[in-house]
Amino acid sequence: MNEVRKPPVATTGIIGWLRLNLFFNWTNSLITLFVIYCLYQFIPWILDWTIFSADFKYNYLGEQIANQEMCSRNLDPENGGACWAVIYVRFYQFIYGFYPKVEVWRVNIAYAMLALALLPLLYAKLPYRKYFLYFTYIFPVIAYFLLNGGLGFTEVSTNKWGGLLVTLVLGCTGIALAFPIGIMLALGRRSKLPVISMMCTLFIEFIRGVPLITLLFFGMVMLPLFLPEGIDMDGLVRVLVAVTLFQSAYMAEVIRGGLQAIPPGQYEAAKSLGMSYWRMNLLIILPQAIRISIPPIVNTSIGLFKDTTLVIIVGILDLLGIGRGTLADTNWLGLSYEIYFFVSLVFFIFTFGMSRYSLYLEKKLKTGINMGAD
Amino acid sequence: MKKLLSIFAVVAFAFSAHAGTLDDVKNRGFLKCGVTTGLAGFAAPDDSGEWAGLDADMCRAVAVAVFGDRSKVEFITTTGKSRFPTLASGEVDMLARNTTWTISRDVNLGFEFVGVNFYDGQGFMVPSALGVSSATELDGATVCIQTGTTTELNLADFFRLNGISYEALPIETNDEGKENLFAGRCDVYTTDASGLSSTRAAASNPDKWVVLPEIISKEPLGPLVRHGDHQWGDVVRWSLNAMIIAEELGITSENVDAQTSSNVPEVLRLLGVEGNYGEMLELSNDWAYQIIKQIGNYSESYEANVGPDTPLEIARGLNALWTQGGILYAPPFR
Repeated sequence: MNEVRKPPVATTGIIGWLRLNLFFNWTNSLITLFVIYCLYQFIPWILDWTIFSADFKYNYLGEQIANQEMCSRNLDPENGGACWAVIYVRFYQFIYGFYPKVEVWRVNIAYAMLALALLPLLYAKLPYRKYFLYFTYIFPVIAYFLLNGGLGFTEVSTNKWGGLLVTLVLGCTGIALAFPIGIMLALGRRSKLPVISMMCTLFIEFIRGVPLITLLFFGMVMLPLFLPEGIDMDGLVRVLVAVTLFQSAYMAEVIRGGLQAIPPGQYEAAKSLGMSYWRMNLLIILPQAIRISIPPIVNTSIGLFKDTTLVIIVGILDLLGIGRGTLADTNWLGLSYEIYFFVSLVFFIFTFGMSRYSLYLEKKLKTGINMGAD
Repeated sequence: MKKLLSIFAVVAFAFSAHAGTLDDVKNRGFLKCGVTTGLAGFAAPDDSGEWAGLDADMCRAVAVAVFGDRSKVEFITTTGKSRFPTLASGEVDMLARNTTWTISRDVNLGFEFVGVNFYDGQGFMVPSALGVSSATELDGATVCIQTGTTTELNLADFFRLNGISYEALPIETNDEGKENLFAGRCDVYTTDASGLSSTRAAASNPDKWVVLPEIISKEPLGPLVRHGDHQWGDVVRWSLNAMIIAEELGITSENVDAQTSSNVPEVLRLLGVEGNYGEMLELSNDWAYQIIKQIGNYSESYEANVGPDTPLEIARGLNALWTQGGILYAPPFR
């Protein structure tokens, strides 16, 4: 009597999903078929090039590849795809730059510590998270001594740093420092004190109105002309200052956007409870504002991470710079596809990780229009 | 406190301004040499992270002259835009960065070019299938050309002088020019001859491309130092000259030890057996011996980095000794 009828096959399961999403009407079906055709053409080719016909360490004759002439595709144009041996041979440089080999364990420890420091930020449910967080706060200091030297470690000049090391140092420092500075600037710009608000506005507008390249040049080229000769500011530090200033200005505007989305009732409620300016902002306003701003915060952070490749123009060899340097070695001329592919892949892994993290945060914090209501 | 600091800084500045670059380098314990961020054959990191190339050898030669040790040099990478301010601000002691010697750079920018370690010039590269043997046969060709460079102006001059027409395909970087040429979007690629050679070497089949014989501009590339510090300029100048003279005299890194008992007076002067030329430069007397021993003469450096046996395959051409049809010429060592 009360038998439950199943929904029609065409609306559930895989078939239903296909129908609904890929073949809903004829334009939809046409686009789907076209995309499938393109993928059919492209995927086998890219798989063949990157994996099946590629050289990893040995060429098709079984010799270990030491220069581009030994790549299968250069021995026999009919044979062979990518020549990943260049990445294999240059892996050290891509990851550590010119860091001395005997000291490289320090970079490895710093990389491991970075992962450990990020852990409590990534997983809120981590046991003993509080203690991990303490570690996160002191990590920059430890990393500085580890990488640069001092406290018994031999000094390794930043001129020897390169590759992923420089990319991560620039990206992480820029993002980490810009966040608090950006918050202060955003609050400052909205301040009722005209001097503070004017100064913050001026700073933000000036930095935002100038391309990053110009700031990098200013840091690299102009700064030492102003400084007396005896005072030598490290090249990487100068670039870091420029990157941080740039990122702070953008971060400030992102957070200001969040602040403006907070209804005035929140301010009034906090004030009516007798909260001071700082307590109101720290406890009521900023947590909500930052929650709303997560997507744009991650957006500008990813942007900065990729923009760090611009440091090549002031002569610092980051991941991309090492790739270009490799291309200029007569042993590896002409392997630009492999090198740019590898560099893009590394960047993609990091930026994709960042965007996934932002999605996770958004889900966890349930950001959206109905915030506060649930 | 702040005032005190700034006074201290001014005093420090005054002191450091008095000491010459040579003394600064000696006190520091190593040479800071500005090189490119990577240019095939001139300066590029090798697989073990050591800088190699004609310009890198120039840096090492100066380090050897001062310290007798080829490893006492720190390579600072500079780009076309950052090289001059880096030298002017004292961040590097010298540049060996395939920089063209021009009057404005020598005079107006306040630098001192101390010599030429590579005579380059703008050339043309075409596919061999085009069947062209001279640039004057390129009427109506599409030319890939980097915008905003002197090469662009040289190109226009050359084609106008020869009364032939061309179509320019503007590009931004060397990589872009390479891709466009290989893809057949332009018939001709023009840039410095050394750049053409590295582009050709990067092709999957270099024999499919030919560099035409015409060289249409002068691009003397050489090391430079800050203007006014002549003592330091002399050290760099004679480090380069020592390598060229060594080639003239047939001294190589292999036979240098045997040559110390030579009976040719100039050999003995160069190797520091006779005379006190090292002392004049405030260097040790065997400075040139050490350069030849540790780096080699000019020819050895050339052959190892850009010569016909390397993938770049650049013939000596203008860079041969004056006695062998080139224009490489160093003043006498006496």
